[in-house]
Amino acid sequence: MSACTCPSDPDLTHRLIDLTQAGLPLVDDPWAWIAERLGISREQALQLLQQLQRDGAIRRIAAVPNHYRLGYRHNGMTVWDVEDARMDQLGPLVGAQPFVSHCYRRPRRDGWRYNLFAMVHGRSAEDIDRDRQRIRQLLGDACRADDMLVSSRILKKTGLRLNRPAPTDRAQAPSQESSSCSE
Amino acid sequence: MQLDDLSRRLIERYQHQLPICTDPWQAMADELGCSAAEVLDCLRRLDEQGALSRVGPVFEHSRAGASTLVALAVPQSRLEQVAELVNRYPEVNHNYLREHDYNLWFVLTGPDRQSLERCLEDIQQTTGLAPLDLPMRRAYRIDLGFSLEATP
Repeated sequence: MSACTCPSDPDLTHRLIDLTQAGLPLVDDPWAWIAERLGISREQALQLLQQLQRDGAIRRIAAVPNHYRLGYRHNGMTVWDVEDARMDQLGPLVGAQPFVSHCYRRPRRDGWRYNLFAMVHGRSAEDIDRDRQRIRQLLGDACRADDMLVSSRILKKTGLRLNRPAPTDRAQAPSQESSSCSE
Repeated sequence: MQLDDLSRRLIERYQHQLPICTDPWQAMADELGCSAAEVLDCLRRLDEQGALSRVGPVFEHSRAGASTLVALAVPQSRLEQVAELVNRYPEVNHNYLREHDYNLWFVLTGPDRQSLERCLEDIQQTTGLAPLDLPMRRAYRIDLGFSLEATP
């Protein structure tokens, strides 16, 4: 019996996600390891991962650093009140800075004037202050006000889980990671 | 944490993408100028030390449905209690304490926008605090990692 490996097979895709969302197995042949558990061939396992990335369901397959453990213990959510008409030009410019990990436009609200968010990370408070200063220079007079919200504690951080909860609870305990309110 | 030369080069080079080919460890070894066994050892060590949060796929969040960034202005005296209430929601997958009047910041993720709105209402009822609902309008950069060049 051979399983269907067309990428549109939702069950197979879900099982692959369950199997790999906490990470690939760090074994000699990770594709064989996955293939064995999904009941498909090694080539099919590899193709399925490649296909999911081509389709955009997987953003990247990478050695994802834990910046907090690597010494980047300071993170700041910088927020900016940017003139709406200039956002299309300035948003990508801020997002392109090497020290920015996430950069989003968000709506203003009553009591909340900031419409541009950029996460910065550094080894010291001075590092992230300097990053904020650089963004301020880039935005110039298009920015009417800004602030930086420094993270003082991580209260919960579970990696995003795409599927229904797996039989074993793989949700990680809140960890000391430098993450960033990404969506 | 001090990184040896191979670890630093490995993270720098593969934080965005691993080679997803027939023999990925060998492909990395060829590029890094070492053996596949050394690559695997290095990955295992970094994983165990927590220097890597994972070696594997990062899924596209927007495919998971809807999400939004939410902030609450919580009185200091109620912080622990409200944080605990918020963390109980399975929709909450990040929750940070930040230094600001809006001091509790978390991401809500659900199958669709409606489910998030229900969750927001529920949070408001449970905590008595009005949540600031800040869904993403446009992404200018999403978690591409950043340079470790300054790492001593």
